[in-house]
Amino acid sequence: MNQKSVEGPSLAGGLSLTGLFVLIIRRDLVLAMRRRADVLTTLIFFVIVVTLFPLGVGPELNMLRTMAPGTLWVAALLASMLSLGRLFSADYLDGTLEQMLLVPQSLSALVLGKMIAHWMASGLPLVLMAPVLGLQFDMPAEALWMLILTLLLGTPILSMIGAIGAALTLGLRGGGVLVSLLVLPLCIPVLVFGAGAVEAITSGMSAAAHLSLLGALLLLALVFTPWVTAMALRISME
Amino acid sequence: MIPWFAASSALLFILGLYMGFFVAPTDVQQSEAYRIMFIHVPVSILSMLIYLIMAGYAALGLIFNTRLSAMMANALAPTGALFAFLSLWTGALWGKPMWGAWWVWDARLTSELILLFLYLGFIALHASIDDPRRADRASALLAIIGSVNVPIIYFSVQWWNTLHQGATIKLTGTSMHVAMQQSLLVMFLACWLYVITMALLRVRSIILERERNNQWVMELTETLSPRGMKL
Repeated sequence: MNQKSVEGPSLAGGLSLTGLFVLIIRRDLVLAMRRRADVLTTLIFFVIVVTLFPLGVGPELNMLRTMAPGTLWVAALLASMLSLGRLFSADYLDGTLEQMLLVPQSLSALVLGKMIAHWMASGLPLVLMAPVLGLQFDMPAEALWMLILTLLLGTPILSMIGAIGAALTLGLRGGGVLVSLLVLPLCIPVLVFGAGAVEAITSGMSAAAHLSLLGALLLLALVFTPWVTAMALRISME
Repeated sequence: MIPWFAASSALLFILGLYMGFFVAPTDVQQSEAYRIMFIHVPVSILSMLIYLIMAGYAALGLIFNTRLSAMMANALAPTGALFAFLSLWTGALWGKPMWGAWWVWDARLTSELILLFLYLGFIALHASIDDPRRADRASALLAIIGSVNVPIIYFSVQWWNTLHQGATIKLTGTSMHVAMQQSLLVMFLACWLYVITMALLRVRSIILERERNNQWVMELTETLSPRGMKL
């Protein structure tokens, strides 16, 4: 908490845009590291959800191998929903967010910084954990590499689309469930192409089409979501 | 205006259903089951169209800060959700005898389902924000983001090679029997008038609710209710 109250006011100082951007990422990462339990909860949730599937449908390896990409992707999607509430809520509650809206630099850049930090704290651990869980499903090596690659491309999109939902539902009662209701339908394309690429590799086809679409989605998200999220924040904060 | 729209909608519904069920000839391949189309097609087209209109109103409200546009967007959402649901339901009823399954994971079906979720998300977001101004603006932004989905539904049949059939009626002409086409058109108009009726009814209640502390609403309610009860 100290960290924030010291840094909050100093944000408005004569920083360049990139300076502010780097500062926000560093600040949010430091905050995430101070509360390591939050990061770990998301990760453990991911592991548990993935583990439930073989227990639920039975340990037959052939079936597990075919459903592995989808299962891992759905679990990653749910886990990233779980951490969305933290993206803006702490800053909102202690008033830092209001100060952030007042900085002279572009709010979109600031929001992009927050998204990237959020992804590094919640999405990246999922990407690193996924291959280990993939081994439980007996996925072949090239499928595992593809899984890492698609998650690397896909989880940032989930963080960015999720940020819109988090900004829209800021400070509402029942915000957590509402975020999922708003964001999950919008995340479906990411899920389809992400899991599709891994499935294509497992069945011996080229994953290039899926990967290009995923990359295109990432670029679109990079361009539009910080701007939309900034707009949503302004609506929520007035 | 509302009674006129309501009456003409009801008349056209009766006419359209009569034409659809008794006048239009039986289809060679699909026999009588195809007749569900007379509800399915107008409802599906309108579920997409209403979303676009809703997003358009939402954008107007967001850009020009007009209050009525946000109210119109709100008034349209429940009807749109209803139509998206009806479209899925009638589609399932048709799919069972034709494809042998209530539901297939086809691109168009899935994206229509997402459209239903988008409507529900819009309504849920609006309902959970207490401040009407913030609710209007937040849900307007959501509606605009969601409108990306509408072209995906519309073109899904062309983009992906799916089970759902493509459009039969085109601008360049149609391969459909004239009676079928006419009853479809009548049903479409009937549904359209129904949407207008419902949206106007709902927007009237929304205006009265929002302005309940204003002079004119109080006077109106006093003249309407004999004991001068307040809303």
